Amino acid sequence: MKNSKRMIGMVAAIGIAAGVALAGDPNKIVVDGSTTVGPIAKAFAEYYKGKHPDLNITVSESGSGNGAKSLINAACDVATMSRPMKNSEKQAAKDAGVLPIENIVAWDGIALIVHPSNAAGALTIEQIRGIYTGKISNWKELGGPDVPIVVVSRDTNSGTYETFETLVMNKEKMTDKAEYVGSSGAIRQRVMSTPAAVGYVGLAFLEGVKALKVNGIEPTPETVLDKSYPIGRPLFMYTNGRPKEGTHLFNFVNMANTPEGKKIVDATGFVSLK
Amino acid sequence: MERALTERDAGRPAVPSLLLSHAARRRQRLATAVGQAFLLSVTSLSVFAVLFIFYFIAKDAIPFFQLQGFREFFTSAHWYPSAAAHPEFGALAIFAGSGLVTLGAIVVAVPLGIAAAICLSDVLPFSTRQIVKPVIEILAAIPSVAYGFFALVVFAPLLQERGGSLLSVAVWIIGAPVAILAILVAGDLATDKLDDRHRTAFRWILSAVLGMAALYGLWAAGNAAGAIRISSGTNALNVSIILGLMALPTVVSVSEDALQAAGRELREGSYALGATRAETVMLTVLPAASSGILAAVILGVMRAIGETMVVWMASGNSAHLPVPWYNFLEPVRTLTATIAGDMGEADHVTGSARYHVLFAMALSLLVFSFVCNLCSEWIVKRARRKAGR
Repeated sequence: MKNSKRMIGMVAAIGIAAGVALAGDPNKIVVDGSTTVGPIAKAFAEYYKGKHPDLNITVSESGSGNGAKSLINAACDVATMSRPMKNSEKQAAKDAGVLPIENIVAWDGIALIVHPSNAAGALTIEQIRGIYTGKISNWKELGGPDVPIVVVSRDTNSGTYETFETLVMNKEKMTDKAEYVGSSGAIRQRVMSTPAAVGYVGLAFLEGVKALKVNGIEPTPETVLDKSYPIGRPLFMYTNGRPKEGTHLFNFVNMANTPEGKKIVDATGFVSLK
Repeated sequence: MERALTERDAGRPAVPSLLLSHAARRRQRLATAVGQAFLLSVTSLSVFAVLFIFYFIAKDAIPFFQLQGFREFFTSAHWYPSAAAHPEFGALAIFAGSGLVTLGAIVVAVPLGIAAAICLSDVLPFSTRQIVKPVIEILAAIPSVAYGFFALVVFAPLLQERGGSLLSVAVWIIGAPVAILAILVAGDLATDKLDDRHRTAFRWILSAVLGMAALYGLWAAGNAAGAIRISSGTNALNVSIILGLMALPTVVSVSEDALQAAGRELREGSYALGATRAETVMLTVLPAASSGILAAVILGVMRAIGETMVVWMASGNSAHLPVPWYNFLEPVRTLTATIAGDMGEADHVTGSARYHVLFAMALSLLVFSFVCNLCSEWIVKRARRKAGR
């Protein structure tokens, strides 16, 4: 009996010590959220860690919705999101005592992608809506071969999905034959390997697939910036309160306004702030 | 001797008392009780864990049924939980998806698994068995996300590019041995009543005719399968095959244990009566081990229906009822993938019904597993009672 009491005491002491050690670590930045903004956050983290090697920056990509939840639950320092925070999330943050401050880090366009062998070149927004609501179900209705369209969408966790739903679908329900995947990279991989597939991703994920013109406009950084491309959106990083000037968190989040940060954003494939 | 006794009886205690004093006895009883209580609490920890999980899942699942009722959840196939205006929570298509991939996994795992178990217990020599059994059990050690990655990155594009030829190869691989077996058995049965002189010739003629018919049938089926174009490789077929591979080690291990438990005496008695090995296995050993094999199949079912990573990555996650119901070439959505995929967006504050519906699905999975477990226990108990043990 005395032996087990001693063991329990030791285990508890170790646990408390570990908790104290990990909790208030000023040299750690935890980033969580969108799979679209993920590449930007990772590039920023790599560049910033190169200048400050003792800093520990972890970047996770579990979806914009998850990022907001993590910020509200104080599980992350920066929430990357490819859509603005919903009113319900802002209310939940207020209830938890969290003040979400919005920083725009880049602009992005949602490109409609198809397999490189697909002959389609341009679609209108109404046609895209028809494909995703199931009204148009075969490529021959768009002038292509007699092959059923494989519709690929992001799952409902995603900011890209929410933006697509607002700007293209006009809140209409998607066809129940749509396949759902978990990240922008996964959509790109599906479309790259399936000749009959169509999907939507951010501008950084266009390698290996063909991007269609929407309403006659090609999705490029220039058309996104001058708003001629119809499906464009800002990308955000949310923090709890405004970070103090001079802290690592402040420098990390404001990198998008510095020349080096803008170069990194352009290199990743998105549109830097002007 | 008497003198020694008398001297001993003169007051000096020669042998210490073998009985404990009252205090010592009480201490010993206390120590026994404490030890037993400790072991009991450790054992009941696992029971409490299960009850805990059941209670908390049920607690969060009941509000969904209070908000939305039972009918839509179990009978509607429209799954739109995130629609802002009119969210719909019809999970029939998701239940159908889970059922379809489980059925496919069983079709893959059970024949292969039972055949492998019979091979391991009755056919292979002991030294070979010692090598083959660990190899089969390695299949169980591969992480499920590795299976899912393989299904998504290798198997899905393979099905899309060469789906037709893969299906026709499968038709031949499954059809040819079945056809050969059928022809042999049919020849045997048909020529049983003839006398020896005519039997051989008749058998040859019958086998030739049936063989031609079987070849033609297989060729036609192979061509029909080869003409199928699979438009999306992330479908129920993909997931069924992978789930069948994952459930295979479970089915093989438990079936083989059941076959071994049938006992040497049973087999020796059957051989002594002049039965061939095939007759012994099919007519004596398999029926004796049938309850254990049924339990193995139920364990395989539980493994297949609870698998999450593979179905989330490679089943397509499309919540619609396949048309017709047995069309394995369409993408499906399962309960486990829905819970894993929708978990992030279903916030407690922002979307009440959306949060609780995931618990309702988890409760359905739990109830199904419990029912499976109870069935398997009941089958084993009933067989044991029939065998008189």
